[in-house]
Amino acid sequence: MLDSTFFIEKGIIILVVFAVTMLFAMYSTWAERKVAAFLQDRVGPNRAGFGGLLQPLADGLKLFSKEEFFPNTPNRFLFIVGPAIAMSTALMTSAVLPWGDKLVIFGKEVILQATDIDVALLYVFGVISVGVYGIMIGGWASNNKFSLMGAVRASSQMISYEVAMGLSIIALLMMTGTLSLKEISMQQSEWRWNVLYQPVSFLIFLICAFAETNRTPFDLAECESELIGGYHTEYSSMKMGFYLFAEYANMFISSAILAILFFGGYNYPGMQWMTENVGVNAANVLGIIALLIKICCFIFFYMWVRWTIPRFRYDQLMNLGWRILIPLAIINIMITGVCILAFK
Amino acid sequence: MSLLTIFYILSAITIATAFLTIISKNPIHSAIYLVISFFSIAGHYLLFNAQFLALVHIIVYAGAIMVLFLFTIMLMNLNKEDEPHKKLATKLAAAVSFGLVCFVMLAVFIKAMPIIDTYKQTGQDFQSIKVLGKVLLNEYMVPFEFASVLLLVAMIGAVLLSKKEKSIQ
Repeated sequence: MLDSTFFIEKGIIILVVFAVTMLFAMYSTWAERKVAAFLQDRVGPNRAGFGGLLQPLADGLKLFSKEEFFPNTPNRFLFIVGPAIAMSTALMTSAVLPWGDKLVIFGKEVILQATDIDVALLYVFGVISVGVYGIMIGGWASNNKFSLMGAVRASSQMISYEVAMGLSIIALLMMTGTLSLKEISMQQSEWRWNVLYQPVSFLIFLICAFAETNRTPFDLAECESELIGGYHTEYSSMKMGFYLFAEYANMFISSAILAILFFGGYNYPGMQWMTENVGVNAANVLGIIALLIKICCFIFFYMWVRWTIPRFRYDQLMNLGWRILIPLAIINIMITGVCILAFK
Repeated sequence: MSLLTIFYILSAITIATAFLTIISKNPIHSAIYLVISFFSIAGHYLLFNAQFLALVHIIVYAGAIMVLFLFTIMLMNLNKEDEPHKKLATKLAAAVSFGLVCFVMLAVFIKAMPIIDTYKQTGQDFQSIKVLGKVLLNEYMVPFEFASVLLLVAMIGAVLLSKKEKSIQ
């Protein structure tokens, strides 16, 4: 009896998280066009539905009905596996993210998280590091030199920035003393946001998040003028759609991680007061909304940067990663260690 | 499904992909099979409830080392003709030394059994990273530092090798 309610509860949470991730990814494509149009003084999509709101559905329909094209490759199976890995790794991270503290439904406490494992942050890094395979395998299986070049570029960029990302997070971990995202969120209640204590760590993490999601100014993988379309040159129909969609899902997830690690997660000023005076459920629903608003701000920031800053050159990208961000992260770790010794 | 069934399935995957790694003609397929093998080994760690070990295994082996491997293989574009033909004596030596390493590992595990029992008696949760970190940095500080020095030496060696090649050109 206990087991079945547990499975139903977790199943519903997983389904809702999946649906919300997909919805956000879908409407990010619409928002991207609208933001681009706004920044370039255009109108943007406005034909399908009110304000172009049905545009993502139209895009999906178009991608689905396109011809399924296979290049002349001996590795058809790996050609299909590539986008599948990209999409599944993009969605897997959401399993450990805390969306709120807890809700009380029928007198039972429901924790708003699919699973609370001890090593949640390591899990996130593990999934990110596996995500490289989607791009590499897809690019190689396309049997096309431009695809291979794009894949090599993208994956070398991703593994370089993973190092800086991991190092930047160590300073934060020294402060929080835990890898569990739930505990990290709880520690940040009432304005004790980590970004106020670890601004350098946040900055490095943000830059690396841009590089990991292959977004401008680090979208060298799909540098159109040099590489046609990068690793997805040979892809068409929904396989192509999966690669593009994975990018937007990644953007949503990385925004969520940024919000949870540095901007207090679901905490908002006055959450304690709300819990004591109005009720646990109301306080936590507001918390979920607060988290989603923070995520939306980060997604907007991603788009804002995309339409403001031009693409880096490849050597500049590698210099930034290896010669600036990694030493900066190590210095940050040392300073954090000294501060912890001095003040605690 | 019981844990034993999961163990058998994981073991079958591990051994099958390990054999396929050796058998497959295409080096990239070999590398991909090896990645799957690493994932199933991580699954074995999870069966022991060793979450930290499983995730570090995935991050380090599947996420970093094998990516670099794939990278090198893709860039070198290996064909059948490039396959190095080693002498039979070399192959035999490799097999014997590998067997010896396995023997040493087995001996280590058997020797470690009584020590593991003393840890079990303390009743602490050695799967949690907090306990693990304390044990690693208090009782096993010296071996831990030796391992890091070894990694540093390997890193410097790699840098030195790549520098040397440049000066010849």
